[in-house]
Amino acid sequence: MFELIAQHPIPAALVALGGLAIIFGAVLGFAAIKFKVEGDPIVEQLDSLLPQTQCGQCGYPGCRPYAEAIANGDTINKCPPGGQTTINAIADLLDVEAPTLDEEHGEESDTRTVAYIREDECIGCTKCIQACPVDAILGAAKLMHTVIVSECTGCDLCVEPCPVDCIDMLPVDKGLADWKWDLPPSAEEQIKALRPGDIIASDQDSGDQAA
Amino acid sequence: MRKVWDLIGGVHPPENKHQSVQDSIGTLPLPEKLVIPLNQHIGAPPKLLVSAGDIVLKGQPLAEPKGMVSVGVHAPTSGQISEISDYPIPHPSGMSARCITLIPDGKDQWIEHKGVDNFRDKTPEELLDIIRSSGITGLGGAGFPSAVKLSARQPISTLIINATECEPYITADDMLMQERPEAIVEGIKILSYLLGEPDEILIGIEDNKPKAYEALEPYLEGTNIELVEFTTRYPSGGEKQLIQILTGKEVPNGGLPADIGIVCQNVGTTHAIQRAIVHGEPLISRVTTVTGKACATNRNYQTLIGTPISHLLEQNGFNQSQCSRLVMGGPMMGFTLENSEIPVIKTTNCILAPTEDELPTPPPAQPCIRCGMCAEACPASLLPQQLFWYAQSQNYERLEAHSLFDCIECGACSYICPSNIPLVQYYRASKGEIRKLAAEKVNADRARQRFEFQKARKEKEEAEKTAKREARKKAAEQARAKAAENATASTEDSPVATSATAKSSAADDIIKAAMARAEAKKASPEEQRAKLERGVVRAESHLETVEQRLQALGSEATDKQREQAQAAIEDARLRLEDAKSKLQAAPESKPDKAKEVMAKVQASPKEALEKKIATLKDRINVTEEKIAEAEDDALKVALQKGLEKQQEKLRDAEQQLKDAPTESTTASTKTEDAAATAIAKAQAKAAAQASMSDEEKLRASITSLQARLKKAQERLVAAEEEGSEHIDALRTGAEKLQAKLTSAETELSELS
Repeated sequence: MFELIAQHPIPAALVALGGLAIIFGAVLGFAAIKFKVEGDPIVEQLDSLLPQTQCGQCGYPGCRPYAEAIANGDTINKCPPGGQTTINAIADLLDVEAPTLDEEHGEESDTRTVAYIREDECIGCTKCIQACPVDAILGAAKLMHTVIVSECTGCDLCVEPCPVDCIDMLPVDKGLADWKWDLPPSAEEQIKALRPGDIIASDQDSGDQAA
Repeated sequence: MRKVWDLIGGVHPPENKHQSVQDSIGTLPLPEKLVIPLNQHIGAPPKLLVSAGDIVLKGQPLAEPKGMVSVGVHAPTSGQISEISDYPIPHPSGMSARCITLIPDGKDQWIEHKGVDNFRDKTPEELLDIIRSSGITGLGGAGFPSAVKLSARQPISTLIINATECEPYITADDMLMQERPEAIVEGIKILSYLLGEPDEILIGIEDNKPKAYEALEPYLEGTNIELVEFTTRYPSGGEKQLIQILTGKEVPNGGLPADIGIVCQNVGTTHAIQRAIVHGEPLISRVTTVTGKACATNRNYQTLIGTPISHLLEQNGFNQSQCSRLVMGGPMMGFTLENSEIPVIKTTNCILAPTEDELPTPPPAQPCIRCGMCAEACPASLLPQQLFWYAQSQNYERLEAHSLFDCIECGACSYICPSNIPLVQYYRASKGEIRKLAAEKVNADRARQRFEFQKARKEKEEAEKTAKREARKKAAEQARAKAAENATASTEDSPVATSATAKSSAADDIIKAAMARAEAKKASPEEQRAKLERGVVRAESHLETVEQRLQALGSEATDKQREQAQAAIEDARLRLEDAKSKLQAAPESKPDKAKEVMAKVQASPKEALEKKIATLKDRINVTEEKIAEAEDDALKVALQKGLEKQQEKLRDAEQQLKDAPTESTTASTKTEDAAATAIAKAQAKAAAQASMSDEEKLRASITSLQARLKKAQERLVAAEEEGSEHIDALRTGAEKLQAKLTSAETELSELS
């Protein structure tokens, strides 16, 4: 056996390599079936970063379609509700330079709004109910509608179809539960904000010593 | 002497406690009003029990706990509820929340209350209920409901009483221990009983409170309660830090002290629990330190919950102009108050009114120089400067990775920072932001779920709709195919119907369908009229066909079938009449057509009669032919009967025709003549037949057959000469006649 290999080194090497190729090929093939990843995981990740307002301002019918579009190479700066934070997060995920928000799709707003139906004016046409992407409007034909505030994403898709213009987008009241401390101004900002003549206490001492 | 571990990190801020311990705990005159916030604890807000205008007694519940993590509030004194409204509360945001405003009546009249004589007679559950309904929360800082904390599921091996009070200026617990050590020790015994008598009971106290130590010591003799003194260092009073100092154990990240078998309670809380259990008094007041150089006197007071801070300050000679800012809590962890009308709540341990010298406004922050002093000071072993960088760049992921949430916000890092960076502010803001993002994430996930559900639902609806549409289309096609089949079947069917009932029912169906269609399409009057006319015509023809069929049926039909057929005829007749009346009733928008039909239908009964006669004659002919063709005798007899009936009818018709007013036209006379001759023939025949015996009948039929045979043969010959295409038919006809003739002849010979 050994002699045979020694006598025919090239065919033996070919056979060995071929055998290895077959074994690894089989292992890889098995792994490809056994550990198959369903769907596109990048789409899931992108979708989880998007704000889920389902507003369609990006031009896609919802956040997931936009996530799919980004995965297929669309630009990442089309989401005004998510704003720069979302753009940064997506840029981080995709390892690309973070662009600024494309103003064409709308402006970023700091205040969260929710839809509010002026109920005496509502005629019960159900148009807003059909427009709502998250089923946050309650009502029936010829009966008054109302918005479930906790479910409203503030996408304002219901405002436009209303034939009597009885829907307003109102800023959400910031209650005690939502309150949080603000980040203090950065050191650089604080120093920039100093007026000429203002000197910091510690500098004052050293100044006296110098004088 | 018990081994005491060292506090990790920590700082030594000036204590400033001596100012407020000179005097005993004082009491204040009743303020003009008390403002009691509904939610003074961590957890669900309680349920309101009173409304504006109610008169309440001291200690009466104003709100009861709602849910597990909740406590109630009680009236601090007797008086009237003036309003329940939003009022600024002690909170760093300076926001308002629901408050009950009570106007004291000055009587300070207690509601009936009774303590437990011996708490060991009660079960821990009953005692916990009392603690809960007495509105007791942790008085040290956060205000967590005590009953929840004491009903730990894990076995507790160590009870720690926090008597540290490490924050500068505050002396409320110190004074309480100095003045009421007996009550505190009794409270500890109650806690120990509640927790199933833990092995160790420790009171942790800093060495800057020798008087409190001395006051407590005599009451601990003969008990298993151990008073442990350790070096003063801020923030040794933090729960986790105290546990670390006294036991050397560390509370796991994200865990509770109960996880390692430890429960920690503040001295103030212990005292409040003793009051509630032994005296039945709910938590309506607490010891609050009023201190700072802007106040003339610095002292501790037994303060009613809801007392406006302004009232406290007024009683202590507060100098507004000297005060730099008003702080609730201590200088390290307290927060600045926006105004002095804010009430004292269950967690208000100190009101600090410092001058500018005492607590200067922090100078502007300078850049971090990475000196690392903050890391040395941090009692939670965190990396404050690293957290600071991440907080600045809002890198929340890294912040969480660096255990931001283990930060107790003690402020030691900010205090020690040579660059005056408000580090704690960064951590607080970042924590808030992370919590907010987490909440948004929850909302976003729910929105996604709802969006996807809606999408799925819409798709399902669409699919169902398409399926339905398809099914309807299929059904329509099938119906059409069936209708076509029926139509061909009815046209294919020869006059010799196999089943009169089936046919008439089919005809019925058609009529019904037509009527339904007519009903459905309530078109213009003209169209309606036209339709009605058509309907009349159709009904007439239908009547005729049904009659014909009955005739044709003749022999084969059973009596029942015949009856059914008769009924069908009757039905058809009724329909015809109905159609006619409808037509008459219909507005005469199209007189021409209407007239036509009317003319057809009624206007000239004579013509109708003539027509009828003609059809009858036709039928008679057909029947005669059939008789001729009929091979079977029984059939022949039946056919004969039918023939007789027809003849009768014909006679009737003729009679009628004669009776009818004779506005005779040539056409009518002609038909009359033709009819007359036919009638005469038929009459003669019928008469002859009627008078004949069987034999004679047979003979007559033989002769007629012979005549017909002759005729047929003649026709056959003529056809052969012409080369007509009917030759075969004629030949078979002739042959049949021949056969009949022979059979008739044999019959005759048999008879004779």
